[in-house]
Amino acid sequence: MPQVTLTVNGTTHTAEVEGRTLLVELLRETLRLTGTHVGCDTSQCGACVVHVDGASVKSCTILALQANGAQVTTIEGLAKADGALHPMQEAFREYHALQCGFCTPGMVMSAIDLVQKHPDGMSEKEIREGLEGNLCRCTGYHNIVKAIAAAQDVMHGRRAELAPAAE
Amino acid sequence: MDVVTPFEGIGASVRRKEDLRFLSGRGQYTDDINRPNQTYAYILRSPHAHARIAGIDFAAARSMPGVVAIFTGADMPDLGGIPCGWQIHNKDGSPMAEPMHPVLAVGKVRFVGDAVAVVIAESRTQAKDAAEAINVDYDVLPAVAGVEAAIAPGAPNVHDDVPGNVCYDWHIGDSAVNATAFAGASKVIEFDLVNNRLVPNAMEPRAAIGDFDRTTDEYTLFTTSQNPHVIRLLMGAFVLHLPEHKLRVVAPDVGGGFGSKIFHYAEEAIVTWAAGKVCRPVKWTADRTESFLTDAHGRDHVTKARLALDANGKFLALHVQTLANMGAYLSTFATSVPTYLYATLLSGVYTTPTVYAEVKAVFTNTVPVDAYRGAGRPEATFLLERLVDVAARETGIDRVEIRRRNFIPADAFPYQTPVALQYDSGDYKATLDMGLEAAGWAEFEQRRAEAKARGKLRGIGISTYVEACGIAPSAVVGSLGARAGLYEVGTIRVHPTGSVTVLTGTHSHGQGHETTLAQLVTDRLGVPLAQVDIVHGDTAKIPFGMGTYGSRSLAVGGSAMVKAMDKIVMKARKIAAHLMEASVEDVEFDRGTFRVAGTDKTKSWGEIALTAYVPHNYPIEELEPGLDETAFYDPKNFTYPGGCHICEVEIEPETGQVTVVNFTAVDDVGRVINPMIVEGQVQGGVCQGIGQALLESAIYDENGQLLSASFMDYQMPRAEDLPPVSVATHTTLCTHNPLGVKGCGEVGAIGSPPAVINAVVDALKEYGVRHIEMPATPAKIWNIINAGHKLAAE
Repeated sequence: MPQVTLTVNGTTHTAEVEGRTLLVELLRETLRLTGTHVGCDTSQCGACVVHVDGASVKSCTILALQANGAQVTTIEGLAKADGALHPMQEAFREYHALQCGFCTPGMVMSAIDLVQKHPDGMSEKEIREGLEGNLCRCTGYHNIVKAIAAAQDVMHGRRAELAPAAE
Repeated sequence: MDVVTPFEGIGASVRRKEDLRFLSGRGQYTDDINRPNQTYAYILRSPHAHARIAGIDFAAARSMPGVVAIFTGADMPDLGGIPCGWQIHNKDGSPMAEPMHPVLAVGKVRFVGDAVAVVIAESRTQAKDAAEAINVDYDVLPAVAGVEAAIAPGAPNVHDDVPGNVCYDWHIGDSAVNATAFAGASKVIEFDLVNNRLVPNAMEPRAAIGDFDRTTDEYTLFTTSQNPHVIRLLMGAFVLHLPEHKLRVVAPDVGGGFGSKIFHYAEEAIVTWAAGKVCRPVKWTADRTESFLTDAHGRDHVTKARLALDANGKFLALHVQTLANMGAYLSTFATSVPTYLYATLLSGVYTTPTVYAEVKAVFTNTVPVDAYRGAGRPEATFLLERLVDVAARETGIDRVEIRRRNFIPADAFPYQTPVALQYDSGDYKATLDMGLEAAGWAEFEQRRAEAKARGKLRGIGISTYVEACGIAPSAVVGSLGARAGLYEVGTIRVHPTGSVTVLTGTHSHGQGHETTLAQLVTDRLGVPLAQVDIVHGDTAKIPFGMGTYGSRSLAVGGSAMVKAMDKIVMKARKIAAHLMEASVEDVEFDRGTFRVAGTDKTKSWGEIALTAYVPHNYPIEELEPGLDETAFYDPKNFTYPGGCHICEVEIEPETGQVTVVNFTAVDDVGRVINPMIVEGQVQGGVCQGIGQALLESAIYDENGQLLSASFMDYQMPRAEDLPPVSVATHTTLCTHNPLGVKGCGEVGAIGSPPAVINAVVDALKEYGVRHIEMPATPAKIWNIINAGHKLAAE
């Protein structure tokens, strides 16, 4: 079987995979990084989004072999070594932007990339449009949109700390 | 002990305890679990809606790489059928038809997706590859997918032993009284409608892992379930014939349920049974298409209704005839949904003196239909709230005014409806007034005119609803056909240093129980939230439980916890009385401190907990050591949340595209424990309701093929399809449970669909449209608008 070498969350791994093995299968089954989820089989739901070389990718849409040599970040690699959360993770908690948690890893990874691609900030409408590749069945997106809006201010340095959610 | 933070108790928007693990990728969903030496199951499913199985040839598949075993229905002669948990009786008193539901098909397949064989292999792909090599010889039979077609003369029989496809023909109410009321009416509104079939689509596909330990004869099932004890009971007692003490069911983190993970599914029995056969763990995970084809669907009613009114617009009588699709087999609670969870709600928030409902449940060659968020109450609410709007239009009475005239007044509680329920509390006028104010109802016509100037059609719609949840009093549901009790169980385990572990029989799959239930403990016992952990979802840890559905976790499960805490406090006061040399009657307890009334003698929570486990100075003759109590709580009644939902839409006339521009929900969910979580539950429910009203529909063709079997074809609501949802609450307390709570999990999905459709119909009122079936797609609306233009031109 062919070999793939890639760096995931800062650690380099080499694995033998079948040609048909998807990146998400490598992450979940071989590396046991089960924070990345599979919610569909048509690349519609976005539960499997990870970052490949800094950009969000649905890890069910690329073969593991295509990630050879890549730097991959999954939800497990977002927080700092001391446990400090990424501002997007913090915002999701503060704004109650998750319920069952299943879409959450993909949603957070997509949201971070979305914010990074919009250095001037996004309106509510732009955030909603930007989430077109991620499905959530629990929240109705209301609080996800609010969380991303709050997190972007921290990520772009417009605020030192996350704005607290209104009580 | 830490000082108690007052903001962690009842009423505090505490951030969720469970979030850190979900946000860090540390959740443990069933498919994240891997057992040593695990095998993988792939289930071969029928591509036909109805066929006789003439033969199954798996010789080639058996020798494929990695294949461990292949089983078909013929290998399971000793297994029971998958049971239905609720027996309904026909009008004549005879029991419903209850055809056998085999774990793997025997002789016939009855829907596309029916399980035919299971391949167990060393890897998922090997199992799938081998399944493709199985050759099933089908004699395809005529199929029927819709309820009206299924009861038409000459329709194919889904089950040979149920000719005519009627599962039951049931009724509630007094038909003679009802007919008399219609005879005296000054106006009768006739109205037919469909409640569209939906696919619940929790984001986590179902999964199950069976494990067997041959040294102890113990089976373990990990499963995506909302109620592990119920699965243990149903699967153990009825299907696999395993005693409870040899069967452990674990429902770990579960990625959404919405009802679809209540039911006992064949795959759970398959992996558990097969693990015993191959003596290795067997893991199965649905892919999304498989979920569409096998998760129980929701709704699917066809209804004819008549409403009688007097000259003043007072409702005199309601008569409803509904055909409810059961699918090919009876799922666990399927039979209760269109009867006791639907027809009993047809009085709504109104004083209608007589309601008579007739419901025929019908077998079809489709996926089984069962409870989906709201389960029967959304169907009742959609019917009533559309009917009331039609009545308003056709009597010329304003649609808010006609509701006010017919509301059950706030001073009429407890209120006995003509369809069996007794509402304990509510104030429908208050939630209506709050809703109208918050939605800017009075100023709407200005917004409509402003939209018209922009070329848009703007409409507003209202829905005022009540629902019944917090299920349910065991004796009541038992008399109605439920085959189980519906109490709940809670254990409060106080540790020697005063921290608390709660074991609850309810199950959290997004609702935030690990936070909300802990807040109850903090509020009552004064233990800081960080020192309270909630354990759920494992039959080996939790004494018993009926699980989570019907917005019951707080009303029933929380009440069980309160009862257990009462026992804890009673015992702790006895210990405190002993230590302080006082009589127990004089010992007061308030959030962590025991005090001899009127003195400064106190003992802390921690001191009492430690004394209970280190009983050196202890009333050992009268009292056992330890501080660990369990309570079962059986509710006295259902709970009755209600409220007012208002939706405002704009329609693009050129395309028929509907945009929800405002949505206002004012709900009475009883006492609110965590406002942040309640708001999130309502927003999520409302958005599922908007999905039903505008986007979602499970569509079968006439051959029983599910045409909308992927996220490419079934329109799930996405962020840009949905509006911000404004949520407010108005509380009247539940009068019969100790917390005063009613439940908030389903109100959003119950109240919202008619508000949306009422708004769409209002937006199109110049086109003379009476009703639009859900989902109100651009195509339907474009056709209405263009037919209207044609009419105007003529």
